[in-house]
Amino acid sequence: MSLRYGGGDPQRAELTRDGETPPEKPDLAAVGPLAVSPASMFGLANPQRFMSATRRLPAALGVLAAVLFAAGAWLSFTAPEDYQQGDTVRIMFVHVPAAWMSLAVYAALGGTSFFSLVFRHALADAAARAAAPIGAAFTALALATGSLWGRPMWGTWWEWDARLTSVLVLFLFYVGYMALRASIDDEQKAGRAAAVLALAGLVNLPIVKFSVDWWNTLHQPASVFRADGPAMTADLLTPLLVMGLAYTVFFTALWIVSIRAEINQRRANALALRAAGGA
Amino acid sequence: MPDLDMGGYGGFVWSAWGLSALVLSALLWRVLARARKARRALDEAEGREDG
Repeated sequence: MSLRYGGGDPQRAELTRDGETPPEKPDLAAVGPLAVSPASMFGLANPQRFMSATRRLPAALGVLAAVLFAAGAWLSFTAPEDYQQGDTVRIMFVHVPAAWMSLAVYAALGGTSFFSLVFRHALADAAARAAAPIGAAFTALALATGSLWGRPMWGTWWEWDARLTSVLVLFLFYVGYMALRASIDDEQKAGRAAAVLALAGLVNLPIVKFSVDWWNTLHQPASVFRADGPAMTADLLTPLLVMGLAYTVFFTALWIVSIRAEINQRRANALALRAAGGA
Repeated sequence: MPDLDMGGYGGFVWSAWGLSALVLSALLWRVLARARKARRALDEAEGREDG
């Protein structure tokens, strides 16, 4: 016997038996061709459909990520050394994508937490929970590799400047999110409390991004995402962008696998609870 | 072929790349292990339901 989530309505996201409660399908015909109603949006994002739509996706993304990592590594070590940084510029090719991902994953965590909190959407809650440890790992990696670059270039492993400190705060938000979820037994209460924390942490994202513009920092200003275009030459920008794409594809594959695991675990827990209740 | 000494910065460069490989591999291992555990838990729970 299989279990499924109740249709596309997030309010009916509790597990129901096959056949007992037919899933409600959003009436797409009633929606204009350019309009996306909340009902159709949630219908397309229900856990049942997510599971069937993403069955083969992680393996394909994993292969693509491996190819991109191999190409990125080759480009990184064949690129010329920087005229100021020398060979330490090669640390940038793993540090900068990790830093980008730390922000992007937190934005995903905040976005899914919003949908989870406001619409009580089961898939959004699973996605938020799945994103947190991956984002924390990317942030820790950005801090550690940044430190390995800072020692030879700045002469220090750590400096309490605005960029480094705000990224450390970002890491603490990730850790706080995971700790809060783990500390509350009731899964729904834990999800709501952690979602509020995740939303509060969104304030930190523009602080991280613009800290190098708002304050005098030891950390250099943005050199890729700038209004007047990248300030890097193509032979250094190309490996950076390829590695950035590799990290992005890798994260997407891991996130999908994690969300699928979260859904499976919740189904197993619901079945175990029902078995215990019926015994 | 890159110069392994990296102009005297080899320790920093290789440590950063090694650490990145280690963290990304650990992340992959953890995610796959958790996915396998969840799948096994679901199979067992469904087996109990049917049995």
